[in-house]
Amino acid sequence: MNTLDARGYSCPEPVIMTKKALEKGLPLTVMVDGVTPLNNITRFAQNKGYKVESRAVGEDYELTISK
Amino acid sequence: MDFFPPIVDDPYTFGKIAAANSLSDVYAMGGTPKTAMNLICFPSCLNLGIMEEILRGGYEKVMEAGAIIAGGHTIEDDVPKYGLCVTGFAHPQKVLANSSAREGDILVLTKPIGTGILSTAAMADMLDKPNFELMTSTMGRLNRYACEAMLPFEPSSCTDVTGFGLMGHACEMAKGSGMTIELFASSVPIIPKALELAREGIIPGGAYNNMGYIRDDVEMASDVPLEVSDCLYDPQTSGGLLIAVPEDKAEKLCRRLKDGGDEGQIIGYVKKFDGKSIRVSL
Repeated sequence: MNTLDARGYSCPEPVIMTKKALEKGLPLTVMVDGVTPLNNITRFAQNKGYKVESRAVGEDYELTISK
Repeated sequence: MDFFPPIVDDPYTFGKIAAANSLSDVYAMGGTPKTAMNLICFPSCLNLGIMEEILRGGYEKVMEAGAIIAGGHTIEDDVPKYGLCVTGFAHPQKVLANSSAREGDILVLTKPIGTGILSTAAMADMLDKPNFELMTSTMGRLNRYACEAMLPFEPSSCTDVTGFGLMGHACEMAKGSGMTIELFASSVPIIPKALELAREGIIPGGAYNNMGYIRDDVEMASDVPLEVSDCLYDPQTSGGLLIAVPEDKAEKLCRRLKDGGDEGQIIGYVKKFDGKSIRVSL
């Protein structure tokens, strides 16, 4: 599984990192540390036609992006 | 009074935007700025020529406002910051509040929204030159002309759209006035590039904070596209005026605003409070 840890980066960096990571294949799991990157990556991936699932992991969030 | 760190790299442009933003509060109250004091934070490691450029931008906007710079204060700080402390005059009986909109008033907006999203993209070098210039000219435009255009139409209430976004400031007006504001999302002028960037998830954290602050006060129709809704919450720097004006004067006011080079768009109206402070329909 393709994974990306975007914790510690501020927007729009996590979205840009996700865009690049998606080129390496699906599904992609992304870890982020706030609701802003969570919402922004969700909007980006859904607009590209991908399915996005997310869950809270402690104080962070894990997104799974798939076809 | 307002000041903030650079939102664009060019110090002269930053100075203009920060000054236009600081002067805006006086215009939102229907006043005329008279004196302004420079507030500047500056790191010792940076070239003083940069400070000169910031101050030159600010000075030009203060001159354009017809006010004078009456001194100021500088301190050393790691991150540069600039803004003005502005004093203005308004007739005591004619000072405009943001809490005095009346039932039946029409709401007019004088600048397009979306500059917060554009700034976020610009920080990541994701913004093309024409949109960058549109962003800086929108933020750098003084609300003086919009203020002068509105005063003869005896507006009942006015606010400027800044950090809380159009929704936040409209909500403040609605709550303060004890009314409900109906907004037509498709009538709100939004910079097209901001819609495109919102779809790509280039949205500042402030927009999500703004949504959270007023979640319970807002009803957003389900057919309003998400990117439009996102832009309605986008925090603005030096945004336009949101003017509540009697219905029979709204069209004329919009024409006057457009003649003066502003946006001048009817975006909604004020009605009796019906349980929500803002209702947004497409």
